[in-house]
Formats: sequence, C-alpha cells, structure tokens
Amino acid sequence: MTGSALKGGVHRGWRHDSAEKHVTGRAVYIDDMPPVPGTQEIWLATSPHPYARILSIDCAAARALPGVSAVVTAADIPGVNDIAPIFSGEPILADGVAEYAGHPVAAVAASDRDTARRAAALVAVDYEELDPVLSIEEALERESYVAKPQVMKRGDATAAIAAAPHRISGEAGCGGQDHFYLEGQVALAVPQEDSDMLVYSSTQHPTEVQHGVAHTLGVPANAVTVEVRRMGGAFGGKESQATIVAAIAAVLARASGRPAKLRLARDDDMIVTGKRHDFLFRYEAGFDDTGRIAGLDILFAARAGNVADLSTSVMGRALCHADNCYDIPNAHFRGYCCKTNTVSNTAFRGFGGPQGMVVIELAIEHIARTLGIGVEAVRRANYYGEAPRNVTPYGQVVDDNIVEQVVDRLSERAEYEARRREVAAFNETSPVVRKGIAMVPIKFGISFNVKSLNQAGALVHVYTDGSVHLNHGGTEMGQGLYVKVAQVVSEAFQIDLDRIKVSAASTGKVPNTSATAASSGSDLNGMAALDAANRIKERMTGVAADHFGVEPAEIRFADNRVYAGNRSLAFEEVAKMSWAERVSLSATGFYRTPDIHWDPVTMQGRPFFYYAYGACIAEVAIDALTGENRVLRADILEDCGTSLNPAIDLGQIEGGFVQGMGWVTMEELWWDGEGRLRTHGPSTYKIPGSRDVPPVFNVHILEDSPNPHPTIFRSKAVGEPPLMLALSVWLAIRDAVSSLAGHRRFVRLDPPATPERVLAAVEEVRAP
Amino acid sequence: MAGRSIRILLNGEPCEIRDVPPATTVLDWLRTEKRLTGTKEGCAEGDCGACTVVLGIPDGGGLRHEAVNSCLMAVPQLAGRALVTVEGLAANGRLHPVQRAMVEADASQCGFCTPGIAMALYAFLEGGEEPEDETIHDALAGNLCRCTGYRPIVDAARRAERAPAAASAAPVPEAGPDYEAGAQTFFAPRTLDALIALRVERPDAPILAGGTDLGLLFSKERRAFDAIVSVARVEELCRLEVGDDEIEIGAAVTYTRALPVLDAEYPGMGELIRRIGSRQIRNLGTIGGNIGNASPIGDTLPCLIALDATLMLRGPDGARLMPVEDFFLDYRRTDLHPDEVIEAVRIPRLAPDEVFRTYKVSKRYDQDISAVIGAYRLTVADGLVSDARIAYGGMAATPKRARRAERVLTGAVWSEAAVAAARRAIADDFEPIDDFRAGARYRAAVAANLLDRLYLETTGGADAPTGVFAL
Repeated sequence: MTGSALKGGVHRGWRHDSAEKHVTGRAVYIDDMPPVPGTQEIWLATSPHPYARILSIDCAAARALPGVSAVVTAADIPGVNDIAPIFSGEPILADGVAEYAGHPVAAVAASDRDTARRAAALVAVDYEELDPVLSIEEALERESYVAKPQVMKRGDATAAIAAAPHRISGEAGCGGQDHFYLEGQVALAVPQEDSDMLVYSSTQHPTEVQHGVAHTLGVPANAVTVEVRRMGGAFGGKESQATIVAAIAAVLARASGRPAKLRLARDDDMIVTGKRHDFLFRYEAGFDDTGRIAGLDILFAARAGNVADLSTSVMGRALCHADNCYDIPNAHFRGYCCKTNTVSNTAFRGFGGPQGMVVIELAIEHIARTLGIGVEAVRRANYYGEAPRNVTPYGQVVDDNIVEQVVDRLSERAEYEARRREVAAFNETSPVVRKGIAMVPIKFGISFNVKSLNQAGALVHVYTDGSVHLNHGGTEMGQGLYVKVAQVVSEAFQIDLDRIKVSAASTGKVPNTSATAASSGSDLNGMAALDAANRIKERMTGVAADHFGVEPAEIRFADNRVYAGNRSLAFEEVAKMSWAERVSLSATGFYRTPDIHWDPVTMQGRPFFYYAYGACIAEVAIDALTGENRVLRADILEDCGTSLNPAIDLGQIEGGFVQGMGWVTMEELWWDGEGRLRTHGPSTYKIPGSRDVPPVFNVHILEDSPNPHPTIFRSKAVGEPPLMLALSVWLAIRDAVSSLAGHRRFVRLDPPATPERVLAAVEEVRAP
Repeated sequence: MAGRSIRILLNGEPCEIRDVPPATTVLDWLRTEKRLTGTKEGCAEGDCGACTVVLGIPDGGGLRHEAVNSCLMAVPQLAGRALVTVEGLAANGRLHPVQRAMVEADASQCGFCTPGIAMALYAFLEGGEEPEDETIHDALAGNLCRCTGYRPIVDAARRAERAPAAASAAPVPEAGPDYEAGAQTFFAPRTLDALIALRVERPDAPILAGGTDLGLLFSKERRAFDAIVSVARVEELCRLEVGDDEIEIGAAVTYTRALPVLDAEYPGMGELIRRIGSRQIRNLGTIGGNIGNASPIGDTLPCLIALDATLMLRGPDGARLMPVEDFFLDYRRTDLHPDEVIEAVRIPRLAPDEVFRTYKVSKRYDQDISAVIGAYRLTVADGLVSDARIAYGGMAATPKRARRAERVLTGAVWSEAAVAAARRAIADDFEPIDDFRAGARYRAAVAANLLDRLYLETTGGADAPTGVFAL
C-alpha cells in the first residue's frame, strides 16, 4: 500500500496558516477575546513635559470617580519598578522624574475605557520643569549618553586617511520610524489562584514579558504565564515595549483584583512607546583614484531616548553594518547612544543595520561624485572578495560572499545599464520632472549580536491518531513563522501540514526563549522543532523496526506512512503502536547556533552565523518644482538560501521593501520645540499606501543558492534584510537631484526624502 | 417626539438598536455590543481603514454599496441603511470571492488590516468598476497595510469576482424619526424649515453632515453631546444641479456624488477630490462640511475661492448670499450665524476663455492633508491675462487669495516674465507657518513654483511631464 502524496514539507509555498481566519475576521487578537466579566480597562496618565521632577501625585480625584477600581503610580508597584532588557533603571511608571513628553506617570483601571480615561485626566501631578536635551547634537555637546561609547577598530584609519590621495568628509543623518503595526500595543492580565498571573500579551518576547511582570509584581517567574497567539504586526516594536504595557496591566490586575486590559490608543501608542533610532553621522574617508577606500572614520550618534533599552545593541548592529558589502581595510567606528528627553527608541526591523548602511552608501556616492566616476565603479572597487579582502571591521571573515553574483544577475535582469542611459535621455528633455536610478547591494548578518540569545526550544507531541501538537518559543506577528516551523515538522515526519497544529507561544510550554527578532525566528525555532520531531521519529522508528523485524536504518517515513521496504503502516498506526509499547510520543527540542562568539568590549569576533545577501535597483521620478517624488520601478533579487517557503518569503521581501521605502521617503517623525511628538497618528504620520508601491515591481528569490552554512534545510533568514533594499529608492532620488547639476555635485539629502527635503536639495544642487 | 430605536439590516438580518447613546461610534457598537470583532480599530481617526464596513443604501429599487469608516460614524447615521461587516461576507461557510482571492494571493500577513481591506474590495466590486491600477488604488487608498507591501492585495482585487454578500435579501427598514438614548438626542430633520427651527432652538448643538471631522470628537475625544443635528437627510441640502451658468451643490452632497460633476467641469478638481481622504471618507464627507469646517487646509476651499463661488446661507430670516472667500474670518472661524446653516454653494461654470487648474502638494499622494494647495482661474485672451483669481490653502490661517500676484498678472502678457513677477509678488501675499506638514520656507517656495507648473501646463509649450504622478 502506498500513501497519498505529501501535502506538506519544506521548500514549497504553503499559505499562511491563518489566512482564512484573517479574511473572515475570525482570527482572534487580544482585544477580540470574549471579555471575562469584571475585566477592567486601563488608561495612562502621562507627562506633558519632556523633563520634569515629579513633586507630588494626587490620585484622590481619580480614585473617587465612580467605576474606578485602582489607580497606581511608581510608589504602588509591589515589586521592582524596572523592566530594562539589558541594563537597569528603566521603570514602567516614571519614578520621581518624568523623562519625556508622554512618559507614563500613573495608570488607572476602571470598569470601561472611557471612565479610565476620564479618571486619568484627574490625576493631578505637580511638576518642576527641568532643562531637557531634545536633539542628538545637543546630547553630543553635553556628552549625554545612556551607555559608554562603543568603538570598533581595524587597522589605522587615521593614518590611512591621511596617506590617501583623496579625502572626503561630511555629515548626514537619517530619520527614525514608527512601527505602525496595525494592532496597537495591548495586554490582558488575568489573576489566577495563589499570586499567579496569566498574561495575554501582544509581544514578540513572551519570556521578557514574563520576567518584567514577575519583577514588577515581586513574584517568581513560575507564578507568571505569558501567552501570545498572534500579533497584528510588530516589526520590533513589540519586543521590549510590549513588556511595559503588560507589566502595567499586571500591576493593575493585582491592584484591582480583576482581569485588567491595557490597549493603547493609537496616539498614546505612538507617543508613549519607542521607535526606530534616528542617527547623526560624521564621516571621513581616504581613497585612491579608483575610489578604493583606504580608511574610513565614522561617528555614529543615535537618539536613544530617555533610557538605554536595546540601544547599545542597535548601535552594535549599526557599526557591524557600516561596511555593508565593502572591504574597509582601515576602519574606526565610534558609536554614541545619546540620552535625550524623548521616548526611548527601540528595536525596529533592521535594528541599526539600515542606519549603518546609510552612511557607507552615502560615502560611496560622495567618493564617486568627488572623483567624477560612476557610483557602481566605486562599489566594484570596494566589494569584499578573496582573502585578504574578506575581513570585516569586527574581525569576521566573510566566507559566504555572493554579492557580486547577486548584483550581476540583478543588473542583467533589470537591464540596469540600458535603463541608466534611458533615464539620462529622459532628463535631457525634461527640466521639471527628473528621473533617477540607483542600485544598492545588501549584506546582512544573521544572528543576535548577544550570543546567549541564539538559542531556542520546541515542544512536540504526537497523538495516537497521528495528529501533532507543535509549540515553540517563536511568536507569530504575520511573518508566517508558524507555517514555516510546521513545514519543518511535516518534513521530518513526512505527514501533511494539516495534521500539525501550532499552538500559541506560551512560557508554560517552552521556557526561557529569545525574542522573535533579528530575522532568526525560523532559523532558531525551526531547528529546535526539528530536534524535537527527530527525537520522536527515532523512537517511532524503533517501534516500526521491531514490528517489521528490520533494522531501524531500513525504516523510512514518507507520504504519511512509515515504510520498511514495500511494507508500510500509516503514520497514525505507528503512533498508536508506540503508545501501546509504552514509548513516549512527546519531546522537547533545543537548538543553539554554532560557531559564534562576540566580545562586546573590543567589538571583535564572529557575531554572525552567516550573511544574507540581496540587491535592488530602483527608478524614481522627482518634481523639481515641488519635491514630490515617486518610485516608478523596483527590481529585487534576494538571497533566501533554499527558501523554506517561497510564498511567505516573497511576502517578507515585498513588505520589507515597502516598509523601508516609507522610511526613506514619506515617514517623518516631527517633534516640536517642547519635545512633543506631533506626528502621532496616520493622519499626520504617513506610511506607504497601495499607490506608492512601484507600478513595476519585479521581485525574485535568488535561485540555486543553498546556504553553505548548516541552517534549517539550508534556508536563510528573510525578515529584515529586504527593508534595506529600499535604500536604493533614497539613492535614486539623490541621483535624480544630482542630475540637475550633471552629477557633479554632492548635496545633503537625508532620509526621509520628503518633498520638502527633496526641494531643498534641488535648490542646493542648483545654487551657484 | 424622538424615537427610541433605530432599525437597520445587519449582515442581512433585521436589527433594532436601542439604548445606544447617539455619539457611540458604529465601530464601538459592533465590537462591544454586537461582539462582531472582525472589524478592527487601527487608529480611530478614519485614516487606516481597519474598521471599514459597507453600507447598502437604497437607490432606485436596489442597493448602492459604499465603504465607510465605522470609527468615524455615529450609530444613528446607520438609519435607513443595510450594514455589512466582514462577518457577513462569507455565505454558508464558503468564502466570498473577495476573501477567496485574498487567500489565494497571499494577501494577508498579520491579518489585522485584512477585514477592512476585504470590505473595501467588496464595495469596489459591487460598484462594478473595471479592476485597473487606477481604480484599485483609488479603492484601497483608505486602507493601510504594514506587512504585505500591497502587491498581493492589488492582485486579489484584480482577480476577485463580484458577488453579493451572504444575506442581503431582506428590505432595508426606512429611517425612523429623531433618535434618543441616554439623555442624548440625534436630530435628523427632513426639511430645511425643520432644520432652521432646530438651529434656532439648539444653536449650540453641533451640525453633522458626514461626520468625517465631527466624528473625531466621538471617536478620539470621546465627547458626548446633548443634541446632535444631522443635515444629511434634509432634502433641500441634497440637491446637485448643473445649470447653464453655475453648478449648485447642496451642503449635504457627499464628495462622492459631487466628484463626477466637478471632474467634468474643472480640470484638476476631480483629481483633487479623489485625493481627499479616501472613498470611505468621501462617501460620508461633504463639500458643505469642508466649507463649514473652515480649515486652512480644506482641500476644496481654494478652488471655490478661485472660481468665485457663492455661498447660500439660510437662517430664520431667509437666505443670504456671500462670496466663499468672505466666509472665512480667521483660523476655523466663519461668518455663519448661530441660527444659520449652509444651504448650498454655487460655482460659476468656466467661460471658454477661462483656464482653471488646481494643485495639491502633500507627503503622500493619497489620503494626506495638504502642505500647500493652489487653485488658479485665469482669463486669457490673445495671450493677455484679463483676470486672475488665485487662492491658496496651507499658506495662512484661512484659505486665502494671492491678491498681489493676481494684480501683477492681471493685464500682463501670459509669459515667463509675468510668472517671474507673480512669483516675486506671491512672497508678500502670505506668511505661512512651520509645522509637521511642512516648513514655512517650503510652503512659500512651492506656492511660487506652482505658478511655473501652471504656466507650463497652460501654455502647452512643454512636451515634458509636469508632475511625477502623470508618468
């Protein structure tokens, strides 16, 4: 008897497991859960000042409002008011001093959200305003940092620059970015017996929420269970930030003795929680006549905000990506995480990588304009190659370099050279609307820079009917992790995907997990799930071998069956047989990324298991009268190794690119002179809409390119790298501006290239 | 005597609404009272589309389907409507073709925007338009997705077939009289006389036309009002007439209804209106509301001023006429008396020798608020400008004419030299502000540069494109 063809396995484009639930509205997000009677809703009272001493807080009027069950301030937190993910001293409610406009100082629980909101407005806080630090420049001047500066060195950059035939120097910056996940931050805390707390959190990091809640409640970790079925988007914004929201919900659940839910309204979400770091760069480079870089010195200054949060890690990744695809024989990179009286910035897809690449790509263009040669020629002069041109500024050998292959294939496919000539011809006769075209190559390091985070666990049960329960530490935020890991288990057992149920991530099932972040979700959790599945498979193999009277090596799982030569049993028959033989059908799996090490003090080591590559060519048009701009075409080639799921990966590539396009074009965070964010909703903060997607959008996954490193079925991570492909859009806009002066001048045009900034650059490039 | 219930069709089933305070949003009512949680709150300000639902509006024996933002809509606005939510799309457990197409195109990732997008596309297909890039983007302009990059959503829109929602057979109950609940009353007069009487009686009650701005007070500010006066069902305010000399638009005419008429008459105004909000907004919002709201960045206002439109205001003592430009006294302050309403706006039709253009500049093409908006009506004969009316939004506390630039152009030869002179003059016409939409310097530069665009477009000398969105 033969089995039916497998409806599962890896390297195929299976749909998102929740697709039908998404389109019918049946997918349950936290705010959709049937309310438990008595559930309290929470609203925050926040500081209107960017920096102020809190002299007193009077909650009497708020407490007196009918319907209010609890009002808490820092003084009412039963445990430790600190949820810092790396350092310490990062309170969930401001303690003694409010450090940004929007800093939560009190939280109110009431029978409904409107009552909680009215009560929050009644919390009377007496402030003494202090002198705030509002900009990166100011922070640098006052040496206001959240951590010690980070320094990465290779060779002697100062000497190399001094000795080089040509030198450039410049200053640039890039804007921050709001995550704008469609589902705002939300958590529901439900008191259990003893002092236990069950927390439903829209988080990428259930374990950190567990720790944060345990600390703030003053209970051991085993008293807190955190569960997350799905998030309505996250993008890094629900890593550490979700912990603040969940911990406040838990404190109010404890204080009121009832379930308590905190769902941030969009304005509060944008004002109260962190975003992508904006950066300031000062760079100096020395190079030869061909554009070959001899030395590069860069100062990176990031707006960390009021506390460190993940800023030092973001900075670390920025420094580790300031080489992008280029060999920098002498590098001196300094990173300053500036303490400012603005909301603490945090993880966001790319995690410093995009910012690091902004400055090197700018330097490449600066060199090209200075020498009067093509940008691509400068890139070619500097790409990583064979030893000794294969060592990064942080000492890792680039042993899997395929960047030129990717660039060549893409350039050919997208007819880059011909189109460059067409663009030039167009511009000859078009004084107002100018086109620009640019390519960007990407090399993105995969692994968390912190070694301990590169581990994962999974739990697999096979039931006697052959159905499988799968759980792992990864969280589903829309990226398709659940279906990918299920595919891995389907491949291992050779059973159909629909026989595998992935359950909500829970700290009670798989403990001590890492954030689903750093593009590592399927690399880590896929391997852990494979380990668990293989353990069970080995036991089932033994049972089947005994049954058939063959050696275990002769047992083969295929097509929903277990074979010994021509004889076979259905998968579920072997499962049932295993149970009857008293063989365990449950296993945990574990994985830790091999071969990586990192010294955060010297900033040297091998932080990345491998690199993901990609390239994008973008063509844009700008209006020299208004600065309005538009992407006309984008061609992408992205390296996914041997993709686990090409359909899911395509979605990550396209979505990441468009999100990056928003960052470099229209998404502008605007603070007023009093340190208040004034773009705090979609009416004022514009993310790309459907019309902004390039009308010609050719996206391809690099063929025949298995990961040389032993990752899960030789695939590569895909979550973050595509975002940086959108730097090509920014470079193309710069190219269009540059065309107005025959590509001879280099002008400042920082991302986001809003119409306003583009017009300013147009005026600068045309100035006499 | 106000009624205490509203009868509607909800996903094909009769539904009676009682005891719901009038300022409750449809979104909150669906999610909390009806427990229909497929409709999501993404922003509560009508800009993300996650809360999109579809209204079936009785029209000539059938139903016209329009997407709206349920977050901005007060529950009593549902009277006389069939309401379809995402839960009503699938029939007998079978996905609606829109849903099927979205699943097959991998058009959802996190899924949170997805129900709203399914509803926007359902309304799009019901409208019977050809699924082309232009129409699809227009239909999706009110829906943000942060995960997919939209390509698969647009593909789904192209491949989906039109089909009715699960159950829409039952007749839509007629809208009842005024509605009250929780000591709040929603007045929905049917005649202009009744409306004026209400204005006299309740001068402080807010006037609600489509509610796309007032709705923010319900949705985001959580304000309650003793009384709300809806003008949406006042017959006289729903008139839309194209006369020989002028176009008269009643104050309760939606942007959606006015769009084809204005598009046909005034070059650029169709595009301008298509860039106001989204379909969800334009299906509720009105030109009368745009005028009454008096925002310095109200998109239609510079056009109305440049076109020398006249407002008809009506109070207990009858009607009075006033040029639109005189209506705006200061930042969001108008000459409307507390007992008056805007009845209509009358826009002169273009004479053969009149040239009209309008340009909007914003960070995003669709559904964004203007940094600068310019509107221009020139009378040009034999190369000579005999009259110039130029108005800008975003350049002052009110929408305002560029009188110095107008004077420079009037009587001048329509030439590069005249434009250069007008550019210099316009610098003295305005003192724009710096804010998050744009800086003062930029606004001033664009206001001047748009004169160049106007010249290039009207002289026809340039074969080259004059805007990136024309490519």
